[in-house]
Amino acid sequence: MIKILNAALAIVAGVGGMLALFWILNLLVERLPGRWEERIKPYVFIGPAIAIVGLFLVYPAVQTVIFSFADKNSQKWVGFENYTALWDDENFRAALVNNLLWILVVPAASVLVGLLIAVLADRLRPGNEKIAKSVIFMPMAISFVGASTIWRFIYDTRFAEGDEQIGLLSAITTGLGFDPVAWLRLDSWNVNDFLLMVIMIWLQAGFAMVLLSAAVKGVPDDTLEAARIDGANELQIFFRVVVPQIWPTVIVVFTTVLILVMKVFDIVYVMTGGNADTDVVANIFVEEMIEFGDDGRAAAVVVVLMIAVIPVMIYQVRRFRMQEAGR
Amino acid sequence: MTQAAPTVDVDPMGGDDQKPPPAQRFTLGSVAVRVTVLLLCLLWLIPTIGLLVSSFRSEEDVKEDGWWTVFASPLEFSQWTLDSYDSVIFDQGMGSAFLNSIVVTVPATIIPIMIAAFAAYAFTFMRFPGRDLLFILVVGLLVVPLQVAFVPLLRLFSQYEINGTFLAVWLAHTGFGMPLAIYILRNYMASLPVEIIESAAVDGASHFRTFWSLVVPMSVPALAAYAIFQFLWVWNDLLVALIFLGAGENEVVTITLRDLIGDLGQEWHLLTAGAFISMVLPLAVFFALQRYFVRGLTAGSVKG
Repeated sequence: MIKILNAALAIVAGVGGMLALFWILNLLVERLPGRWEERIKPYVFIGPAIAIVGLFLVYPAVQTVIFSFADKNSQKWVGFENYTALWDDENFRAALVNNLLWILVVPAASVLVGLLIAVLADRLRPGNEKIAKSVIFMPMAISFVGASTIWRFIYDTRFAEGDEQIGLLSAITTGLGFDPVAWLRLDSWNVNDFLLMVIMIWLQAGFAMVLLSAAVKGVPDDTLEAARIDGANELQIFFRVVVPQIWPTVIVVFTTVLILVMKVFDIVYVMTGGNADTDVVANIFVEEMIEFGDDGRAAAVVVVLMIAVIPVMIYQVRRFRMQEAGR
Repeated sequence: MTQAAPTVDVDPMGGDDQKPPPAQRFTLGSVAVRVTVLLLCLLWLIPTIGLLVSSFRSEEDVKEDGWWTVFASPLEFSQWTLDSYDSVIFDQGMGSAFLNSIVVTVPATIIPIMIAAFAAYAFTFMRFPGRDLLFILVVGLLVVPLQVAFVPLLRLFSQYEINGTFLAVWLAHTGFGMPLAIYILRNYMASLPVEIIESAAVDGASHFRTFWSLVVPMSVPALAAYAIFQFLWVWNDLLVALIFLGAGENEVVTITLRDLIGDLGQEWHLLTAGAFISMVLPLAVFFALQRYFVRGLTAGSVKG
């Protein structure tokens, strides 16, 4: 009860407090002589947002860079020691390679599956289309931890003689007469990594599908008709007419999933804990920070992540500028 | 980049009744299309169905054979039980974690929206020096991994002794959600007709008034879309909760679920019920408000 009261209070205090702040500042600004009022008022509106972004993102980012050059309690400067230690750490290098695999596979697969469903479902009757899309979209609402629980019932394996399999994948393979396989320990050819990626694709394909579907439906009918009159078949129409027109959306989906994948942590943390060569960079961050309490090393890991994100950031900003130019 | 495209109001989830019956156009492939979609849907549903079915089975049953065996005799009611739910909610603390999740999520959804709406209004309808630069900062921050914030914020919060309290998570989620909130809301507001806002100014309405009586009501779809986004993200988050809230009496459902996986290991029946409880509310919210969510997503990203 106290907790609910607490939350209600937080909403009232948080929302009410912010409202009062905006209102009072606004009143004060309106007292100012005309020219100053116009000059200062925009900052009243954006002020709180910028302050929050500054306090919770910009300031910590700068601090993190500084911490990455200090020891585990940030007491002593150590130069590049954290970075060289990371580089010498075999586990970290393996995690980098794994992250690269995730980045290569998951965004592309999400786009492909999403596009496939968007295009196929478009040809169903409206009612069925809606149901099919809701089914694919549903995992979007499931947490990574929840999804990991769900997928344990796919990947679990029993080895003892006479034990029935309770994991679906193992039940299928043993049902076909093969020996049971410990799926998530299967590190040759990174099989276990791919099995973890399947979970992510399962979660993200719906998101891709929704955006791509909107783009596909936005392709003007007359260009499709024109291609049909010219005698193009459905495949040609798809690749030569539809794909070029939805390409900007493909890029948006790809980038969004890519950003998500770079930070992927929960799935690996919960499913394998990073064992059997499945570790990823974000998980190493959590290990360094929580388990080893090494803030310097943890900060260095994040800085590596941040550097990896810079190209995406530049791309985002440029895309935004082009959009604005076209408005 | 696609902003030149006419703003056709397509519903990407389907339900467009004016569509000509496409089945006639693709007679040859139509069966193949239906079969493929059906298979994909099954593939997407089976994992969740397995979890749901398992959560209603007894402990021995869950551990002894696969959940699909129930389909041999689904009407044999003695095999169904609510024991797992009972034990997870009351003995494993899932019930109180559920409450905690609500306590964390509701303020962490409402407060950032309001602050972001004001900012989005200024970014869209006011002219001031530094506007573009500040907005580009926001766009850039969209992609910054939020892990950068953890070490410094943890220290800051411990200085003020708010680690492990709800306040710490509310603040953190408000900060982390802000760039996306501003971005989505501004994109939407930029698509509103400027003339209305200008004529309000001519009539002598202050910005404060225009914001409340014109822009906020017109932005309801974007506000709702962002609210759902933030709600799902906060409810489903593990990392922020793990670091700023941790385990204990304030722990949220994702943490309880992780503990069930980690500590119990073999308690599969509890895991199923726990996972399902953690999914109930987001799924309900998601399906109830799906329309808004899709509209907000596509308004922000497809139409540019």
